[in-house]
Amino acid sequence: MTALELLQIIVYFGLLIVMTPLLGSYMAHVFTGQRTLLTPVLRPLEALIYRLAGVRADEEQDWWGYAVALVAFNILGFLVVFGLQLAQGALPLNPAGLPNVELTLAFNTATSFMTNTNWQSYAGETTLSHLTQMVGLAVQNFVSAATGIAVVIALTRGLARRTAQTIGNFWVDLVRATLYVLLPVSVVLALLLVSQGVVQNFSAPIEATTLTGETQILSQGPAASQIAIKQLGTNGGGFFNVNSAHPYENPTPLSNFLQMFVILLIPAALTFTYGKLVGSTRQGWVIFAAMLVLLLVGLSVMLVAEYSPNPVFGTASAMEGKETRFGITNSILWGGVTTAASNGSVNAMHSSFSPLAGGIAMLNIMLGEVIFGGVGAGLYGMLIFVILTVFIAGLMVGRTPEYLGKKIEAREIKMAIIAVLLPSAAILLFAALAAVSDAGLSSRANVGPHGFSEILYAFTSAAGNNGSAFAGLNANTPFYNILLGIAMWIGRFGVIFPALAIAGSMVTKKIAPPSPGTFPTDSPLFVGLLIAVILIVGALTFFPALALGPIVEQLLLNAGRAF
Amino acid sequence: MLKTLFPALRMLLVLTILTGVVYPLVITLVSQSLFPEQANGSLIHAGETVVGSALIGQNMNSDPRYFWSRPSAVSYNPLPSGGSNLAPTSATLQASIVERADTFITANGMTDAIGLVPAEMLFASGSGLDPHISPEAARLQVGRVAVERNLPREQVAALVEQFVEPPQFGFLGQSRVNVLLLNLALDELE
Repeated sequence: MTALELLQIIVYFGLLIVMTPLLGSYMAHVFTGQRTLLTPVLRPLEALIYRLAGVRADEEQDWWGYAVALVAFNILGFLVVFGLQLAQGALPLNPAGLPNVELTLAFNTATSFMTNTNWQSYAGETTLSHLTQMVGLAVQNFVSAATGIAVVIALTRGLARRTAQTIGNFWVDLVRATLYVLLPVSVVLALLLVSQGVVQNFSAPIEATTLTGETQILSQGPAASQIAIKQLGTNGGGFFNVNSAHPYENPTPLSNFLQMFVILLIPAALTFTYGKLVGSTRQGWVIFAAMLVLLLVGLSVMLVAEYSPNPVFGTASAMEGKETRFGITNSILWGGVTTAASNGSVNAMHSSFSPLAGGIAMLNIMLGEVIFGGVGAGLYGMLIFVILTVFIAGLMVGRTPEYLGKKIEAREIKMAIIAVLLPSAAILLFAALAAVSDAGLSSRANVGPHGFSEILYAFTSAAGNNGSAFAGLNANTPFYNILLGIAMWIGRFGVIFPALAIAGSMVTKKIAPPSPGTFPTDSPLFVGLLIAVILIVGALTFFPALALGPIVEQLLLNAGRAF
Repeated sequence: MLKTLFPALRMLLVLTILTGVVYPLVITLVSQSLFPEQANGSLIHAGETVVGSALIGQNMNSDPRYFWSRPSAVSYNPLPSGGSNLAPTSATLQASIVERADTFITANGMTDAIGLVPAEMLFASGSGLDPHISPEAARLQVGRVAVERNLPREQVAALVEQFVEPPQFGFLGQSRVNVLLLNLALDELE
């Protein structure tokens, strides 16, 4: 690694730390209805949306009402994307003449975009029409991200309000997240991406005759508008099959930096928003610090692993699955960031990473997508770990655990445990099922431990709502389409429901002033405890599975063994 | 439940129009007027025909008169794009590397050592459409191309240096050479 490459990483994280309070405090204004720079333009549009949709913006909901609205909206979104795919052959904006999508693939893709997973069993350029991409997928890119932000804002209200009943209005949070946060940044980003060469048109594929006389079909489409929100909303589903490795999706180092930067932008900024809304920015920075430490440690291991010589190939640097314009450092930085945040877009093929780097990518997801995580989803997942940490710390000193002056009781802990266990169970049980069935095993592209890693990665990615893959696995089979789809539903709503339930029970509690026995949650000690709890839960759950995949593969690689 | 379902449906419709129709159309209109070249795929024309895109690599490796691109898992056919996804412990990949190194070493008259071949010429890219190679990989091919085309070596070498793109803004990404653009300029030399 050269000094220049190290500089790119430093600039990346420096900019992230600078932008966190800026965007974070803007979002705090947005979600408390205060005036912002964009208010004069957007407030009338916001009011118009409420009127057209027929919702009352001034009525708040209790947690159950909030959850019902959220689920109804998401299921309808799923049905629209599902229907669009099943009928795209007969619908307009299909210049490539693509046929209707097969049933289980349509189920998988619709689920995937509604749950903010954006797993790609489909290959964009050969499966989906412009209409499906634009009216189906791009819309879900926005609203699934807005849903995540809404949930974390609702949970924040649950923690910040004293003896209240309601946690906000889902429609208002959804619309504000879309209108004030996601859309403006997407517009700017999309135009910057086009300036770098990302395509944005409605043309049919273009036939080129190459220098050596071959025919090359160049797929076109409204890619930039979709890629902007794909990165910003931590969605990650590519316009093209190889996602942001495709030169039309990510043509230059600048487009690469921008796309990589906005993956973490909102998840990081939300920690500051959280601090603002609970009345202590330190509480936000503590969470930010825990996330950053976990990310940097993982990233360092990945970089060391990737820069180590490969004894099997006898070469120093492994460029398999990587693009020349990005090189190894930018491929690994993206790989770490995209798996820590539940983005799942890729600019290099994770399957060809060194086993340890691929294993860390997997572990980033397994830890619950809380290392910044998906927009909103990462922070509400992290707050669940915060509650667990406070509880465990309380047990150790024998006091009633409190967080932000509110007592943590049996109900909250039950919900937190459900949120941790459901996705983990989906990963391990489904991967086990695939590993012992012909339907599961026959999709592998690699043999040996890497074959198992492909399967484990797939279910990890689905249940973590990440969407990246060890893409050698042929996941477009009814077996994987259905099972992965189910894992995505569990991973999404298995955490959203407990999070909202915790919001609902916490909001009713009174806030006690801190006493000498209160365990402070805004200290470096708490950062350490929080990290320890996340690692212990993750390691206890997943170490055996990781040992069978990436760990044993790395050991065999070091011994020069090929499969 | 119905009381929620109806507003949910209307909200979805309104947000679909906003984010799924208005937003992409506005972006398309603005980018078509501000950046028409880029928005339409950075195409390279030769008269009426499209020769390719400045961003998409092409398969050159059958012709010794051209600078070669990287190996590609999809032979530079973009439907669909893709990498090999082979593992770092893959025996298949190991065999490919030995073969690719042999070919590159023989074609360019190098001394026989895998370690001297730039990594990107041994490994396939992620997209299968990588338009670039490293400046080093281009320089190693200068001798072969000059002989095949009966051009002075210095002239070809100078052309390569012209096409070396440094990291963007001096620090982002890697130094690289766009193989298609280099080969087009090479054709114009004759």
